[in-house]
Formats: sequence, C-alpha cells, structure tokens
Amino acid sequence: MLVRILVLLYLAGAPALAQTLCQPNASNGYRVRISIKTALGNQAYEWNENEMFLFRATMAFAMRRCYKTETYNVDNIIVCNQTLRVSFWFVVTSPENSTMLIPKADVEKAVSMSRHRINNAFLLTDRTLEFLGIHPTLAEPVNPDTPPWLIVFGVVIGAVFAGIIALLVSSLLQKRRKEKGMMEDGQDEEDMQVKGVENGNVLDGIYNRGFTDDDRFTKL
Amino acid sequence: MTTLKSHTEERPKWNNKAEYLLTCIGFAVGLGNVWRFPYLCQIYGGGAFLIPYLIALVFQGLPLLYLELAIGQRLRMGSIGVWNSISPYLGGVGVASMVVSFCVSLFYNTIVAWVLWYLFNSFQEPLPWSQCPLNHNNTGYVEECVESTPVNYFWYRQTLNITPNMETSGSLQWWMVVSLATAWSIVYICFIRGIETIGKAVYVTATFPYLVLTIFLVRALTLPGSSEGLIYLFTPDWEILKNPQVWLDAATQIFFSLSVAFGGLISFSSYNSQKNNCERDAVLVGVINSATSIYASIPIFAILGFKAHTNYVTCLNGNILALTNEFDISDMNITVENYEQWFDSLNGTHPSRVSNLNLKTCDLQTFLDQSASGTGLAFIVFTEAVISMPGSQVWAVLFFIMLFSLGLSSMFGNLEGVLTPLHDLKLVPKWMPNELFTALICLVSFLVALIFTMGSGNYWLEIFNSYVGSVPLLIIAFFEIIAVAYIYGIGRFSDDLEFMTGHRPNIFWKVCWLVISPLMLIVVLVAYVAVQAQTHPTYPAWNPDYVNFPDTEVLPYPDWVFAICVLLSSVPVISIPLVAIYRLICCMSGRHSEDRLHNDPNPYANEGYVVES
Repeated sequence: MLVRILVLLYLAGAPALAQTLCQPNASNGYRVRISIKTALGNQAYEWNENEMFLFRATMAFAMRRCYKTETYNVDNIIVCNQTLRVSFWFVVTSPENSTMLIPKADVEKAVSMSRHRINNAFLLTDRTLEFLGIHPTLAEPVNPDTPPWLIVFGVVIGAVFAGIIALLVSSLLQKRRKEKGMMEDGQDEEDMQVKGVENGNVLDGIYNRGFTDDDRFTKL
Repeated sequence: MTTLKSHTEERPKWNNKAEYLLTCIGFAVGLGNVWRFPYLCQIYGGGAFLIPYLIALVFQGLPLLYLELAIGQRLRMGSIGVWNSISPYLGGVGVASMVVSFCVSLFYNTIVAWVLWYLFNSFQEPLPWSQCPLNHNNTGYVEECVESTPVNYFWYRQTLNITPNMETSGSLQWWMVVSLATAWSIVYICFIRGIETIGKAVYVTATFPYLVLTIFLVRALTLPGSSEGLIYLFTPDWEILKNPQVWLDAATQIFFSLSVAFGGLISFSSYNSQKNNCERDAVLVGVINSATSIYASIPIFAILGFKAHTNYVTCLNGNILALTNEFDISDMNITVENYEQWFDSLNGTHPSRVSNLNLKTCDLQTFLDQSASGTGLAFIVFTEAVISMPGSQVWAVLFFIMLFSLGLSSMFGNLEGVLTPLHDLKLVPKWMPNELFTALICLVSFLVALIFTMGSGNYWLEIFNSYVGSVPLLIIAFFEIIAVAYIYGIGRFSDDLEFMTGHRPNIFWKVCWLVISPLMLIVVLVAYVAVQAQTHPTYPAWNPDYVNFPDTEVLPYPDWVFAICVLLSSVPVISIPLVAIYRLICCMSGRHSEDRLHNDPNPYANEGYVVES
C-alpha cells in the first residue's frame, strides 16, 4: 500500500520536478528560436507536439553522438516556456540521475558537432534554427587550387599573344611579298606620273625624275 | 629603289566611313558617359540638368568638335603638324596635346586594368565581393570586412590593397601588374596595324556597350524599386538652375566628354579624304555622345533604384526581426507592409523596450540619396546591386565587358593622339617598323603606369585625373579656337570648309568660333580654377585604423604632392609659350630661307636640288 502511494507520488511529482529543472534563464539551459515561415515560405509546416517530439529526439541523438558511452533518451530532454514565436528553453538531464543537469558547455559541444544534422531534420539553417549562445559554424571557404581569375586571365592573355604573333608574322610576310613584287617591276615606277598630295597642298606635279638616288649607277 | 618606296607610301586611309565614325564615337563615348553624367543628373535636380547640358553642347561642344575634325581633315596631319602648319608659333599646342594624351592614357588604361580584374573575378560562384573572407584561424570574418562591407573590402583591400595615406607607397601588387599588362597587350594588338586594326576593333567595342545597356535596361525595369530610381532621376528641380556650379559642371562635363583637345580626333580625321562632310560628322558624333549619356543613365538609375529598394527592405527586415524576437510575436506576422502599424502599437504599449532595441530608421529617400560617381559607382555601388540580382555572374560579366569596351575605344583615341604626332614629326627612325614603334610606346607607358599599381596607386590616379585631365585641356582648347578663328583666319577656314563640305559654314558656326566658344572656355577655365583654388586640396583615404572607419579619412595633400599636382597641370601647357618663344628667337636671330617652316625635304618642291657635276 505504502509502496503504491509512493509510486503514485513519484509519478505525480516527476513532471513537476522536471518543470523546476527547466526554467527560463536556467544556468544550464539553452534557448532555441525557430523561424519556419522565414525559411520555407509557402511550404512552412506547423509547429506542434510532434515537431517538438522530433526536436527532443534529435537532441538526444546529438548527445548520444557526442558522448558515446551514455545512452540518452527523449525523456532526458526537457522543454519549457514555449512561445508563439516559436521559441522555448530546454535542458538536458543525465541518463543516470534525472535530477542532474548536463553542464552548458557539454550541451554546446554536442550541438555544435551535430548542428548540420539537427538543421536538416527540420529543413532549416543556422540562421532560422537558432541556439542562443551557440555561434553558428562558419561555412568553410571553398579554396580552389588555382584561383578562377587566373584561369580566365590565362585564356585571355594567351589569345592576345597568339593574335599579336599572328598579326606580326603576317605583316612581315606581306612586306616581304611587297618587296619582291616591287623589285620585279621597279623599272616602270620611274616613269609613273604621281599626283602628289602632301601637307594639304594639292600639287599637280610630274614626278621629278631627276630627283632619284641613282648615284649607284652613275659616277659623277 | 628604297627611297621610291617611301615616297609612294601613302597616308593610311579608313576602309569605310562607318569605321571612321565608329572610332570617333567610341573615342567620345567613354566611361564618363556611364559613371559621371548620371551622377551629375542626380545631384543637379534630374531633368533640369539637361538644360545647361544641352546648351553647353550646342554652343561649346559642337563648334570645338567641328573645328578639330575640319582642320585634321584639311591639313592631313596629327596635332603637332597641324598646329605647326597653322602657325609655327603655336606649334606648342600640338606638343601640349600630345603630352596630355600620353598622361591621360597612362591612368585611363589603369582603370581599364581594374575593369579587367573585376571581369576575371566575375567568373566565380559565389562572387568574391559578396561575402567576407575568414580570418587566419577561421574563427570569424576579417575585421576590416565586417566593419565596412564585403564590396568595399574587395575593392579597397583585395583589388587595390590601398595604403592608409599617400606617403606610404606600398609595394607593387602583382595581380594589378598582371591586369595592367593584359590591358596594354590588348591595346597593342588593336594598334598593331594602325587604323586598319583599330577600324576592325571598333565594330565591336563601339557597338557592344549599347547592346549591354539595352539588356540592362530591360532587366532593370523588371526589378522592384526601379521605378523609384527613375522617378528620382528625372524629377526636375528647376531651382537648381540658379546655382552657377551647375552651369560650370555642365560645361566641363560636355567638354571632357567629347574628348576634344586630345589631338586624337585631329589624327582620326586626318586619315579621311579631303572631300568629306565633316560638319555632318561633327554634329553626328556630338549628338550621339550626349544621347548615349542620357540613354545610359536610364538603366543605371533603374538599378540604383533597385539597390536602394533592396537596402530599404533589408533595413526593415532587420528591425522586424528585432521586434519579433523581443516580443515573441509569431514568425512573419510583421511584414514590410504592416510594419508601421505594428511599430506604432508596440511603441505605444512598451515604449522603453522598443527604444532599447535601437531600431534603425529606414527611409527609402536616404538610400536613394546615396550617390556615387566614378570608380565608386562601378566598383562599389553597382557590384553591390549585382549581387542581389538573380544570376549575378552573368550581369557582372556583361557589365564589366561593357566598361571594358567603353574604356578600350577611348584608349584608341588617347594613344592615337600620341602616335600620330610622333610619326608626323618624323621622330621614328627609318629602320624601325611601325609595329615595333607602337610596341615601344606601349611598353614605356606600361612601365610608367606601374606607379598606379602600387598600394597608393589609387591616390595618384585621382591626382592625375583631376590635374592633368582638366585645366590643361581647357587651356589647349582655348588656344586651338583662337588659333583657327583669329590667326588662321575665319575667312581662310571658311574657304577650306567650302572646299571640303561643298558649302560655307553658316552664321551660327562663325559666331560660335569667333565669340561664344572662346568666351565660354575662358569663363569655364577661370571659374574652374577659382573653385579649385578656394578649397585646400584634400583626398579621401581608406584607413582601417581611423576612428570613424568605415568612413574615409579626409587628409590634406602633403606639400611635395601638391607641388607635383601643380607640375602636372603646368608642364603640358608650358610648351605653348616655350615653343612660341623658341620660334621667335629663331626667327629673329637667323632668317635663312622662307622654307625654314618646312624642314623636311619635299621632293615635289625641287628648289633644293642642286646638280653637282
């Protein structure tokens, strides 16, 4: 009889005890803030008891993953003070002793380790599922071996140099061809009548055949 | 045989009229059309600014443009040869043009190098200026970036690596040197065969910006907030016309925008045939230049309106989050639309808690008022706007290719103003092919421009921009117009124009050349110098240790820098009196022969030939 009364008292008192463990601004508790509509917009789901159960299960999973020796259960995660926001406080009790709270630092370690998994369970991100006091993990910067801009630069400068060389070579070839062509019919040019247009003065002059450099042929 | 070849070597010619026009338009339409004119429109009361701008175009811009194109076409020489022909005492004007063109091409191509750097970096996901990099031990973001913005950090630190003041020179930034080398290589490849290759290049560089502007226009008009930007731009504030500063800025904007007095336009038109209607060309180029400015300001302002809207919404969302968290209101109950009502009701019931939140005042007008011009517009404001647009890489690439084309086509004119006079002065040794000479000039320019790749390079660039690219040009233009109108003679000039275009210039042109334009130039010059002289010159320095960082620290120029500024303004124009004095001395000391003016042997004037037998 006495045992039954004690059992009944214990069952009645346990939730009350749990409530006293979890309080706003508890020294070993964390506040969680969730913004589902911001994250998902039209596809937002409603926050209800089932979601809360998932949260407690996920937290137990995170604690198990971090402290592999101890088996945490959903009962070890106590939640209180839920608001419309959605925000609430939670504390973690030890599996061995349900009145003992796990220190804040240990909880933080577990959360940081499994942050990615916790976020994904709720389709949220570090910004929309906030653990107030635990800093979000910074995204690893993607450091490619060669900076991308160097690749673009390499392509551009290669094309430009190829173009320069091509143009220079073709200019050279053109000049050589012209020289060859000129040497063949150079005799005709001396008789050519050239209309000189120089310095803006239109000169109707006959090319002065006397003014040529033909000292090579005549010795005066 | 070899001398025969050099006689029949003709002056290069444009392949067709379109190439010539596109080159002139490309030279006139530059970066200033995109990042200076919209800024002026914004600060000077939108639509009202168009009035002084168009008046300056008609009475100052077009006459100068027509004058330069005409004398280049008639006298068929670069700037030095042209002014030597008009009057030997004014040969210094050509030298001044060449020096100014050289100095401007130095810093202008550095800006093109910056554009290239941003272009190369636009091919990444995410864009490097959209987020802060992590610091050494990966615990947080770089402090300088957090205090300012990622866009500012990328520009000042990762691009320029700017020093806190001008005295600290810093070292050469290798990535900047690499970009500068690319820019000069691209300029060289376009110049290899002179106007033959330039003429091909301008088909792309002169037309591509218009395509990109149209794409941006269509895109920008579909973005939220664009209409606010456009209304803000074009709402005229007629009161502003009473401010003389507006008229001064309109006149200087038109003057610098048309790229007169550089000598480049004279060079380009010297490759024309003489029977070409340069009057129509001048009016076309001038009108297209101004129309481009106005057309460019529309997408720019639509996008700036979008950016202001985005900043406004971000500011409001910050406040909404603060209120939601403080009062535990359900997520997304407070929205941008009903923010006012919520704020009023919450402030009424819990004023102390609300005031403790330190909410920011978000005013769309304040965000619209944040104006920027020049490199600030392109590399800070616009890049920030691009991040918020979906598909940012595409827009960034398009924008920077457009800026690159604008800069490159202006570089053609700048460098042409250096090369053609040197060719005409016969300073090029006979054995040196043109390609080698051009390469040499490009190499020398690249080496000198390495100054701008140092840590303090941006400060030096601002100095060059303010002191070389302003007062000397005004002085040169004034002497140009005086030389043609009064020394060459308006009668002789009208005869030349009749020969070229088929009709004499009408009274409007004559009045402008004789009276209005010189007067306007003198007034603008005096006013400009007076305004500059009033304020002790200062510069904004980016100093992370500054108390009010991220605001720029306003520092005065050190004395030695100020001396350099004065030198930069005066050395180009000092050649005008120097050459005049030199010629005067030569003239007075020894009158050998009349053809002292034509020193080079002219085989068609055979007086010099003496038969020795």
